[in-house]
Amino acid sequence: MPLELYLDLHSQPCRSVFIFAKKTNIPFDFKFVDLATGQQYGEDFGKISVVRKVPVMRDGDFILTESVAILKYLAEKFGTSDSDHWYPADLQNRARVNEYLSWQHAAMRAHGSKVFWFRAIVPIITGSDVPKEKMDSAMEDLTLSLKVFEEKFLDDRPFIIGEKISLADLVAIVEIMQPVGTGLDLFENRPTLGAWRDRVKMELGEALFDEAHKTIMDVASLPQTFENNGMLEFLKPKIQKMFN
Amino acid sequence: MALEMYLDLFSQPCRSVYIFAKKNNISFDFMKVSLLEGEQYGEEFGKINMIRKAPAIRDGDFCLAESIAIMKYLAEKYQTSDHWYPADLQKRARVNEYLSWQHMGIRMHGSKMFWLRLLIPKIMGVEVPKDKMDGALEDLEGSLKLIEEKFIGDKPFIAGEQISLADLVAIVEIMQPVGSGLDVFEGRLKLSAWRDRVQAEIGKELFDEAHQGILASQEMVKNMDSSKMQIFKPKILRLFL
Repeated sequence: MPLELYLDLHSQPCRSVFIFAKKTNIPFDFKFVDLATGQQYGEDFGKISVVRKVPVMRDGDFILTESVAILKYLAEKFGTSDSDHWYPADLQNRARVNEYLSWQHAAMRAHGSKVFWFRAIVPIITGSDVPKEKMDSAMEDLTLSLKVFEEKFLDDRPFIIGEKISLADLVAIVEIMQPVGTGLDLFENRPTLGAWRDRVKMELGEALFDEAHKTIMDVASLPQTFENNGMLEFLKPKIQKMFN
Repeated sequence: MALEMYLDLFSQPCRSVYIFAKKNNISFDFMKVSLLEGEQYGEEFGKINMIRKAPAIRDGDFCLAESIAIMKYLAEKYQTSDHWYPADLQKRARVNEYLSWQHMGIRMHGSKMFWLRLLIPKIMGVEVPKDKMDGALEDLEGSLKLIEEKFIGDKPFIAGEQISLADLVAIVEIMQPVGSGLDVFEGRLKLSAWRDRVQAEIGKELFDEAHQGILASQEMVKNMDSSKMQIFKPKILRLFL
């Protein structure tokens, strides 16, 4: 039975897993979980994962959640000496990858997601723009994360660990692309970031990168989907909580 | 030059790194960074970690931040017992799964509870509005439920029969709201039994030593000079209120 990956490419962590599996030629069945219709809350998906999030991997009878865990599992299981750079065996290089993968949860990922929600989702649900103060604050946080990324994690290196791309760069790019999908050009006036993005795109291959990001770049179609699937009412309390 | 670890035991990730190093007899210089006094914003510490968070380590000329990265580095370098970070693919994946989930799960909710109950009233001079407190408690309870049901389940420890980095990282985070006076173990038999096993594996003395500071928080915060803590006001307004 081939590997199953439960994915929705609206989701940043789904994109990193998708890109990695494709790039490293790991065969898998793409099991679509339609987040915009709330499929993750359905009974069937609940049997796959009680956490009700994507991505999820099923390898035989082994089910695994959390993209960072999935990526490491795949890198380890299917890796070759040529592909070592994705998750290097070298102690210090691996530590650098782990450092980024740990930091990013509550920083780049949290801040990029928030800006995405504020720009693309909340206005649909509440019918009005996010209050300026809150939007400014969210943008400030994202700006700071991008600054830390450029100054600490890249710091004049071509990729996070140095000469070669790793899981860290992959996880970084998919998160940065989330707010970009709402029409926010984060690369403008950030030449270091832009140059790194170009290098990452080249390493991954433009066709694969674009394929993975097609959905998020088309996020304007979400409002209609939400309305069609009763997601507006469902998401209201969640939005309320975000502002608490 | 000895391994230097920059720590403040008020911080959950500092406790896990501290306990891990001590338990595995890894010698290090304990470099205190007093977080509530803002020492992480000083010039010296900025050279160790420009993100200005603890823990951070300096091993020769190699500086590293992020407790999870640090513990994996130490586990590998000092060849600690396999169970901490098992070589077996699936067991290791279970540990990684927990370590990834916990950042925005228990860590975020437990930390928030500590701030809402103790630090914010002290610094801002007001109690946190009830709806915010209730919301935070709900989130914390959701995380604890998931820990009991999914991550521990029917196993003695998160990865199975033996303690690992996952249990260590879990316990230090769960102890944070406990330090604020919230007994999260009450009424949670499975969690309590797991806690007892984890404590027994770590060793009661080491566990208590690491948690002495946080468990004395209520008293300590009461006696703190809130005027010295005003540096945290903007962060509080932005994150919590």
